[in-house]
Amino acid sequence: MGVEQKLGNMGIATTTLEQAVAWSRTNAMWPMLFGLACCAIEMMSAQAAHYDMSRFGMELMRPSPRQSDLMIVAGRVSRKMAPVLRRLYDQMPEPKWVISMGDCASCGGVFNNYAIVQGVDEVVPVDVYVAGCPPRPEALIHGVLTLYEKVRGMKFAEIKK
Amino acid sequence: MPDIQEITVDDLKHLVSERAIQGETVLLNMGPQHPSTHGVLRLLLELDGEIVVNCIPDIGFLHTGVEKNMEAKTYQKAEVMADRLDYLNTVGNTLAFSLAVEKLVDLDVPPRAQTIRVILAELTRFQSHLVWLGTSALDLAAMSMFLYCFREREYILDVMEMCSGQRMMTTYIRPGGLWRDVPVEFEAAVRNILKTFPKRVDEYEALLTRNPLMLDRTYGIGKLTGEECLNFGVTGPMLRASGVKWDLRKDRPYSGYEQYDFKVPTRTEGDVYARYLVRLEEMRQSLKIVQQALDKLPMGPVRSNNHKYVPPPRSEIGVSMEALIHHFKLWTEGFEAPQGAIYSAVESPRGELGVYLESDGGPRPYRIHWRTPSFDNLQSLPLMSKGVLVADLVAIIGSVDIVLGDVDR
Amino acid sequence: MEKNLQPILGMLKKEFGGTASEYRGDVSLVIPSGKIVAACQQVQAQGFELLSALTAVDYWPEESPRFHVIYQFTSVAMNLVLTLRVPVPGINPSLPTISHLYRNANWRERELWDMFGIIFKGHPDLRRILMPADWEGHPLRKDYPLGYEEPQFTFNFEEINLRKPYAKE
Repeated sequence: MGVEQKLGNMGIATTTLEQAVAWSRTNAMWPMLFGLACCAIEMMSAQAAHYDMSRFGMELMRPSPRQSDLMIVAGRVSRKMAPVLRRLYDQMPEPKWVISMGDCASCGGVFNNYAIVQGVDEVVPVDVYVAGCPPRPEALIHGVLTLYEKVRGMKFAEIKK
Repeated sequence: MPDIQEITVDDLKHLVSERAIQGETVLLNMGPQHPSTHGVLRLLLELDGEIVVNCIPDIGFLHTGVEKNMEAKTYQKAEVMADRLDYLNTVGNTLAFSLAVEKLVDLDVPPRAQTIRVILAELTRFQSHLVWLGTSALDLAAMSMFLYCFREREYILDVMEMCSGQRMMTTYIRPGGLWRDVPVEFEAAVRNILKTFPKRVDEYEALLTRNPLMLDRTYGIGKLTGEECLNFGVTGPMLRASGVKWDLRKDRPYSGYEQYDFKVPTRTEGDVYARYLVRLEEMRQSLKIVQQALDKLPMGPVRSNNHKYVPPPRSEIGVSMEALIHHFKLWTEGFEAPQGAIYSAVESPRGELGVYLESDGGPRPYRIHWRTPSFDNLQSLPLMSKGVLVADLVAIIGSVDIVLGDVDR
Repeated sequence: MEKNLQPILGMLKKEFGGTASEYRGDVSLVIPSGKIVAACQQVQAQGFELLSALTAVDYWPEESPRFHVIYQFTSVAMNLVLTLRVPVPGINPSLPTISHLYRNANWRERELWDMFGIIFKGHPDLRRILMPADWEGHPLRKDYPLGYEEPQFTFNFEEINLRKPYAKE
């Protein structure tokens, strides 16, 4: 505080390293294209012009897991798809976060049967659950902003294990 | 949790050519997660350099077990799952289900409900073609089309939300009619759509139809003749682009389609460009049907009076004892359908969407099978993709217009 | 019944034996399983170019016939629809394939093998299509459980929580 007062309006801000890193992480988080079913259409709508997600830093969706840091599991995960999901999650570099979008990814949704994994948290650890069938694009954006708040509160030591 | 099975060439000996076994060609996995496969479709490509020698689709990554799950629920509760099969044609799925149940129990539908069903089904067809246009143009690297199409789509989703409260999975069309009457703003919103959309479709045509890049990438690619289409069970715009004029709305009409005057666009070349033109023209014809339906929208009830199968309106429940008992029995036990088996088909934006419904006299469907069009349309992919480049394969997959929820059910 | 369908139906009944029935306008003909390939060939020759649907129904616990396989044909040229039903016994269920006549029967018969366990003799590539390749059991049979997971309410929240597999990183 003392430094900022003395320097006046020279365009300098002081902060902690963790806050700076968290700020930069949230401002350019690239999601991985993982739209599976109906929620993928609402995710595409959220990316399109009407509910623009690039205002929040998600300008493009990377199809490659090695270049993304957020996985939005949008849609129902079947038993055949579950090992593929886990492998893609393992291929993402740290730090990585998972948003489980929609009812089917969060808890199995409408489908309570042999073919659908009842909640994607059986396969990958989830940070934010977004409810809805499918959730409105605004609900997805709210979920993304909730994730940003979580990331801003994160410390370095939590990520490196 | 089971790990992913590695597939070797030996497992697929009977499907790949000789050259793969000798190691001359490469077996490449265009995996379930891929930006251009429009969903979780896995393609095993046998490549000779950049040319596809063989293409083996592997489906089932979105298998939802809907048919078995619907056997455990009553008809009203099972309809909720019907929306989520082909998630771009949600109103069409519930329309197919409702028509099948009405055929099984022999229910009548009032004309106002039939007209509104037609309006919503055609708007859904338009919206599904918009998503197809946006995503397949995105595959061909025309990114602005994606943004334009989704902008248009918001108007249609507003109409859906106005009627039923939900943007996509509406469950608005139920056996016996509709859930409730459309609100007063419905007509103004649809008229607004009818006023602005024809110009927008002209814009898309101006952007893509005579574009030399589009012609280069799609003209003459992925040809299928009419007989091959019929032999593969391909229906819908793919069949009509190959010269066979078969549209269930005209040839086996349902829900009052025989009253409307519209053309069925057909072309003879059967390649990706012809399918693009057929779907674009279908979008215009859909607007024409909506215009005619809205102009002749009759007054009247939107639900059948047969309260053994259709819940009575809320206003009657406080007044009439029979209405209360019907309401109670329908929502706890469900209605009992007579014993028998029927097959009923509608025309979805992808082709013939059929429902085979068999009942044993109880409140639950004994066997329900969804004949989904994308399952058969996808079977023609290996034939269409022999000897093309990988970039052309992306254009061909876009033109088949598959929705994986349809394929895997 | 549509007028044009009468002569075709009569000819099929005479040649292959079997009972015809009509329900709500849908005409269906029951054909014994040995004659199905010949019947499909005849149907295709009569002008039914499109195999619309190929599905099966499980009548467990009736052992014989346990399955009914349903073939749904559409004729584009004549605008007609016809159904053939084939009863299949429960022990070693099998039918000859028609994938050389109608090419979309290829995947449809794979789906019936996957979901019901009906073997199609002569099929070029009979393996699982919708379930994972190492799955055991045939899901759409009536004696296969739904796989229903009990919903967690407050009174059983903890015990179900302990049973659920959660991923740990």
